[in-house]
Amino acid sequence: MYQDVIIAGFGGQGVLLIGNLLAYAAMDQGLNVTYIPVYGAEMRGGTANCTVVISDEEIGSPIIHRPIGLIAMNRPSLDKFQARLKDGGVMIVNSSLIDPGLAEKTRIKTFMVPMNQIADSMGNPRLVNMVAIGAFIQASGAMPVETVVKSLGQVISPHYKHMIPQNAEAIEAGAKAARG
Amino acid sequence: MSTGKKLFIKGNEAVAYGALAAGCKCFFGYPITPQNDIPEFMSKAMPKAGGQFVQAESEVAAANMLLGAAACGVRAMTSSSSPGVSLKQEAISYMAGSELPGVIVNMNRGGPGLGDIGPSQGDYFQSVKGGGHGDYRTLVLAPGNCQEAYDLTMLAFDLAYKYTNPVLILGDAILGQMKEPVSVGEPIAVDEAEGGDWKLTGAKGRPYRILKSLHLEEGSLAEHNLKLAAKYESMRGEVRFESFETKDAELVVVAYGSIGRIVKTVVRKLRQEGLKVGLFRPITLYPYPSAALVELAQEGKRFLTVEHNMGQMIEDVRLSLCGLADSAFFGFPPGNMPTPEDFEQPVRQALGR
Repeated sequence: MYQDVIIAGFGGQGVLLIGNLLAYAAMDQGLNVTYIPVYGAEMRGGTANCTVVISDEEIGSPIIHRPIGLIAMNRPSLDKFQARLKDGGVMIVNSSLIDPGLAEKTRIKTFMVPMNQIADSMGNPRLVNMVAIGAFIQASGAMPVETVVKSLGQVISPHYKHMIPQNAEAIEAGAKAARG
Repeated sequence: MSTGKKLFIKGNEAVAYGALAAGCKCFFGYPITPQNDIPEFMSKAMPKAGGQFVQAESEVAAANMLLGAAACGVRAMTSSSSPGVSLKQEAISYMAGSELPGVIVNMNRGGPGLGDIGPSQGDYFQSVKGGGHGDYRTLVLAPGNCQEAYDLTMLAFDLAYKYTNPVLILGDAILGQMKEPVSVGEPIAVDEAEGGDWKLTGAKGRPYRILKSLHLEEGSLAEHNLKLAAKYESMRGEVRFESFETKDAELVVVAYGSIGRIVKTVVRKLRQEGLKVGLFRPITLYPYPSAALVELAQEGKRFLTVEHNMGQMIEDVRLSLCGLADSAFFGFPPGNMPTPEDFEQPVRQALGR
């Protein structure tokens, strides 16, 4: 079993949180996992991204230039990473913020998910990252969607524990959107 | 060594957990990216462990505080990143000269000068050749993953006391910032008698002790240097390394730390193509695992050294192989984030495939 993914978006969209969530879900299943964020002198409004690698074997590089998975939550992320995605790779595109015409559709497996609309329709725009990870888990088949839901408690602080059910619903909604 | 629960933590945090588990009771910090997670963690953890955390006024001060704690026989640590570690060198030289145990962590960033905040292996020479003045050596441990960062930090404290010598943990911005599952255990009980025959505890009821690096009496410094040299020689037994797919390899790639694990991905890929390539990853950079390299050379292997600098460890590889074999070199310049793709072509080229 091997899966890698670059998760990218605006700072504030919660890309690092869902990277951690995916990593915890993998760890809870006894898999090896690495997570590495870009850090440091990033500008506000710029792109934030992290790379997660999951494997049942020992993981070599935690840094991936040509991934097999990509979650592009905004236009700069698509511009930066789409061409690097390996042939046959899985790409989740936030069609709320990205013109679908910009996404490659034949070389790779592309899933258009209106992440902001789905989150807004659930009454909380901040759920956009959960919609994204739900869609990716479904589209990649990396692991059962429930395993990610079960790991929510590891990345959401006890103070926000009451938000877990709504986050779980958003993950399911993202998965549903990827099922089409 | 690490049998307890599994945490999903950064390499920086793994170092801090390892220090706690080893019974570290004093931490002296000063902020610099990419190691800030260590002092941040220790600022909360040290008081809880019944120890002391000091945010020093400078790296120079932090390193001298480490010297002071060490003189009292307290398990103590300081951490920084490249420019900050340069500032600590004077104190490290004094610690080596005074034979004091302490752990210094360097999460290597790009240089020279202020460089950048990204990963680099540009501090290899500074770490293994003695970054300060005088004839001295520090043990240098180079973890390649977060579990090793934890385990080797625990080991560093034991080695520091075993040899009464500073021990350096050399990581980089990749190791410091990446997260992996790490098995951590409860803090060990440090032997109260540790350092009992030299540490400063107040001279009540015994002759006074002086810990110093100044030797002005005729013959005294020469004698001291001979004693130190013998001690450094006796560290040979601490050599650690990882050999991966080297047995039938035609080409052995030598790489340490984060670069070692990135090269491992390349080795796996090329092995799937049937190419006979392996990885030799030194874990101790001082003492250097020369004997193991010599054995590989005697088996007729060829070598390629890969580093995230413009060529430093290659000198130790060539010294090790002296007269038996040579090593090709590929240096990835600090300032960029290395990926397996960056190393694949140089490895293929060295293989002649």
